[in-house]
Amino acid sequence: MSRINRRNFLKKGGALLAASSLPLSLVEVAFGKAAPENFTFAYLSDSHITHIKGKEFVRNWDRGLIRAVAEANLLTPRPDFIFYGGDIAQLGKPEEIDHGLELLGALHGDLHHVMGEHDYYLDLGEHWRKHIGPDHYSFDHKGVHFVVLNSILTYDDWTYNRWDSPMRRMQEMARLDNPNGSPFMVGDSQREWLRKDLDKVSKDTPVVVFSHSPLQKIYKGWNFWTEDAEQVQALLEPFDKVTVLYGHVHQIQYNQIGNISFNSAMATAWPWPYPASFTQKASYLPKLTVDMNRADPFFERDATGWQFIDLHTGDVDVHYVLPDNRNRTVAFDDSKGHPVDTEYQPESKRIPPQTHY
Amino acid sequence: MTIPGSCRNILLCLVITGVSALAANAAPLGLPQTPVPEDNLQTPAKIKLGDRLFHEKRFSVDGKVSCATCHAKEKGFTDHRRVSEGHNGLLGTRNAPTVINAAYMETLFWDGREPDLEGQSRQPPVNPVEGGLPDLDALLEIIRNDPSYVKEFREVFGVDAGDITIEHYAEAIASFERTVVAGDSPFDHYLYGGDMSAMNEAAIRGFEVYTGQGRCVSCHIVEQTQALFTDNRFHNIGVGFKNIRGRVGEIAGEFLQAKNQGADVDKTVLSDPDASELGRFAVSEDINQVGAFKTPTLRNIALTAPYMHDGSQETLEDMVEFYNNGGRVNPDDPFSPFLSGGIRPLNLSDQQKADLVEFLKALTSPEIAAQVTSTEINMVE
Repeated sequence: MSRINRRNFLKKGGALLAASSLPLSLVEVAFGKAAPENFTFAYLSDSHITHIKGKEFVRNWDRGLIRAVAEANLLTPRPDFIFYGGDIAQLGKPEEIDHGLELLGALHGDLHHVMGEHDYYLDLGEHWRKHIGPDHYSFDHKGVHFVVLNSILTYDDWTYNRWDSPMRRMQEMARLDNPNGSPFMVGDSQREWLRKDLDKVSKDTPVVVFSHSPLQKIYKGWNFWTEDAEQVQALLEPFDKVTVLYGHVHQIQYNQIGNISFNSAMATAWPWPYPASFTQKASYLPKLTVDMNRADPFFERDATGWQFIDLHTGDVDVHYVLPDNRNRTVAFDDSKGHPVDTEYQPESKRIPPQTHY
Repeated sequence: MTIPGSCRNILLCLVITGVSALAANAAPLGLPQTPVPEDNLQTPAKIKLGDRLFHEKRFSVDGKVSCATCHAKEKGFTDHRRVSEGHNGLLGTRNAPTVINAAYMETLFWDGREPDLEGQSRQPPVNPVEGGLPDLDALLEIIRNDPSYVKEFREVFGVDAGDITIEHYAEAIASFERTVVAGDSPFDHYLYGGDMSAMNEAAIRGFEVYTGQGRCVSCHIVEQTQALFTDNRFHNIGVGFKNIRGRVGEIAGEFLQAKNQGADVDKTVLSDPDASELGRFAVSEDINQVGAFKTPTLRNIALTAPYMHDGSQETLEDMVEFYNNGGRVNPDDPFSPFLSGGIRPLNLSDQQKADLVEFLKALTSPEIAAQVTSTEINMVE
């Protein structure tokens, strides 16, 4: 038996995520006249609350959200607000949205929401908007400009003319690798709104954009994709520092395109695998949809999680809280100019991608 | 991967365990070689000294509490109490885990706050609700001023009275504890010894429940050639949640603040019932280990009641019912929001529950059964 070096043992304990001691960066970089303050917020996403019948819901997805809420309530110091990254429901049913909001009601703090496709394609977001509010808006907080977009719209013809029932439309959009599917987009009118909104913002103000789908093109077959991503990126390009935070992918992703940093969120419900074209050179589309192997399938929360985010001088560090697994942190590295996974970055420590057959 | 307990690959765990293991004795049926660290090899004299220290009541402020008080051989190396009683009748917060097969544990204490047996034995003598000594120097003074101890320490470690350290004390006790191993149960003979009649029919059916619908084996691991009945990991299974329900944030916040200001984890969790329920979080400060406790072994479980970190489950039947309810005492109790993703209601029939209990009774080692003189338990509040 390998005895654990005592110092390492104690250090390992301390090195794990300490709710009490957020690793706030001490590096201060001036952003314009009013330098942004450092603050934190929590980010929960993709709970996919699924209605069975009556008051019955799928237990596994309920437990995921309940646990994330309970854990987020332990954050000290308290986060300034909590973001919910979309897909609170599985099939957009009012019961699912209501039950999800009821579970989220246990959160201490102000909550912001992003619209996911699972919230939208049954009633085109009517119930969601009625109980949550507008699906795109902006606000300023401690020197940072926050923008919320509905990025899961698609072509009107697909939405309005193709399907014999709203539920059929919802189910078609919920499937992966679906030849009947349609790519997500922000759309002309919302982009025009965004252009006007950003016109009022000084270019040295840090901008953080929330969307459900990634505002970058990763894998079209699973809609890890936004059709007009480049056009949205062009509107963000004039700013010194932009971060896009998105849900939808149920896995940890990070990227840097020019001035824009991208960070994804884990789902509280279940993990998706890395699509082949993301981890390997784009060559073959997967013919099958394969669930990501959990380290241990016995533990339903393994490979799910939530995140808390600290925003310092406009840079975003994402701390992933991963039950039954090892917590991870993807932090913006000033010297490299892009986000890095603080633990897994060295080649020798990386988890090799899955191969799909 | 630094801690074998964190590895999920059983084969790899075996390799790690096997490489550095130095066996003192032949392994009992169903168990691997006892792991012995290279810097604390066993000798008969060291084991004998450890045995003596283990039973030394002077290592407590009232002269009445030794290791063996709460880990009594005749009680399956437990105390058969809900929670342990220290000096002057003071109660702790946790149920005494058995010493039997503790040699195989990758961390010690219910929250794993010590990495090895050598670290474990230093805490109870100076815990305010256990031994109550002011510090470890007081313990060393007792040893250094006892000529028979001085003689034994010189024989074992080659040191004079003034050079006896707490490491010597800890190494001797750990060496003794590594001799307290027991396999060879009816289950071992059934699964590893090829004796299909070693377990009765009910226990054999119970093993089916154990590996199937009961979901027990995922944490209380049984392997191809051995069974430690633990994964050496930490899980929130719902025990004790009701006691801190609705106050977890406040309790965790206060605990961390005290810890950051120097409060000792061992002392805090054994004297503060609320802090005790934080479990592994108190050690790791990991927000997703609130209320998570180490998976105990199940060997000799029929002789080590009551059960769970707080001793709240009086019988094997109660304990099975608790799991069947998905980590709740009663089926209409609320679930802990921090509940492990492995715990859920099991829908076991009465027959399955009874069979499972029969299986657990088949994990008793004959030599331990022969030592145990009483199984009467004390659920002192």
